[in-house]
Amino acid sequence: MSKALDLITRVRGVRGAMLVSAEDGLIVAEQLMEGIKGGAVAALAASLAGRLRRAMEAAGTGTSVFWHLQAEQGALLVVPGGDAADGILVVAVAEPDVNIGLVRLELLRAAETVV
Amino acid sequence: MADDIRALSAQLAQDPQSLVFLRLGEALRRKGQLEGALRVAMNGLERHPHLADAHDLYARILTDKHDYERAFDEWDMAVRIAPHHTGALKGLAFLYFKVGDLAQAEAHLEQARKVEPDDPSIDQAIAMMRKGVTPPTPEQRAAPSPPAAAAAPAAAVSSSGFDEARVFAGLEGANEGLLLIDGAGRVLGGALRDGSGADVTDRVAAYLAGVSQEAARTAKLLGLGAWNGLSAEGQHGNVHLAHPTPDALLLVVRERGMPLGRLAILAQRATTMARRWLEKQ
Repeated sequence: MSKALDLITRVRGVRGAMLVSAEDGLIVAEQLMEGIKGGAVAALAASLAGRLRRAMEAAGTGTSVFWHLQAEQGALLVVPGGDAADGILVVAVAEPDVNIGLVRLELLRAAETVV
Repeated sequence: MADDIRALSAQLAQDPQSLVFLRLGEALRRKGQLEGALRVAMNGLERHPHLADAHDLYARILTDKHDYERAFDEWDMAVRIAPHHTGALKGLAFLYFKVGDLAQAEAHLEQARKVEPDDPSIDQAIAMMRKGVTPPTPEQRAAPSPPAAAAAPAAAVSSSGFDEARVFAGLEGANEGLLLIDGAGRVLGGALRDGSGADVTDRVAAYLAGVSQEAARTAKLLGLGAWNGLSAEGQHGNVHLAHPTPDALLLVVRERGMPLGRLAILAQRATTMARRWLEKQ
């Protein structure tokens, strides 16, 4: 698990990575820079993932394979692994100028490894 | 026609800088060879980016391919370059009509009529539009307009449908695939259908209620400042969420073939339109 997180945090601009239980929003593993409130972020990411999953399924787009919250000073990137409802979320916190495509690839790779 | 195309292709090969690509692209379009027409138009545009006729040609091909969003951009560009370009004005009128914005459609046709008062196809299009019949897709000026009877009748759209479409007038899929909701999950505009064609607007709106606040809380907790948007890639389609105002939420849904980056640009345009619309309410 830590190897999977290593590959994500090695990408330039990534401030941390986590594996989060989609069902209860608890951290399974983490590699975060100081100052990031992992527990709270994990809970909110899981809640957001749940809402998004239900909305996307209702809209006919199927479950999400990758999502990305963009903010003024950074981004939260998530790949849901395994069963969408009770699987593992692979989460990365990144700087605004991060290479999104590269992080996405590492997240997808990590999701394959950990699930 | 095939001989014409061969002759025009040969002319273009001899002089790639010439404007013969306009005639070749149009000939291919009329023959239904849209991919070929598209390549010719794009190559022409690369060489003549400030030629309104080139943007007009490209827009007509995109319209034939039902890519109305990009067609709108191209006709819009043609009118910026040449404000009296009647082909582009008629094209914009056609697209406005398609999204139910009759006022804008008529305004563009009237503008075209001022430029070419003797063009009977413009009067014909205005008359057809007033009767609720879709005006013919704009053709090249030199070409004869299709007869009125050839135009397909417009789908019956309720007046409330028109109001909702007006929020996103001019954007691809203004009647579908765009949804504007308030903080409590109530629909303000737009509509959504799933793959089977069932109306899922209210269900999706209900699920999205509170997403805006949650996204804002997450971004704040991470010290990332205000959130700008949320892009998601699904198994069968992609979505983008944005917030035109702190309370409202805009959802754009498109097929998986549309890259997330392009979806974000479309969402940005829809957000601007939605913000303007909300400010007027």
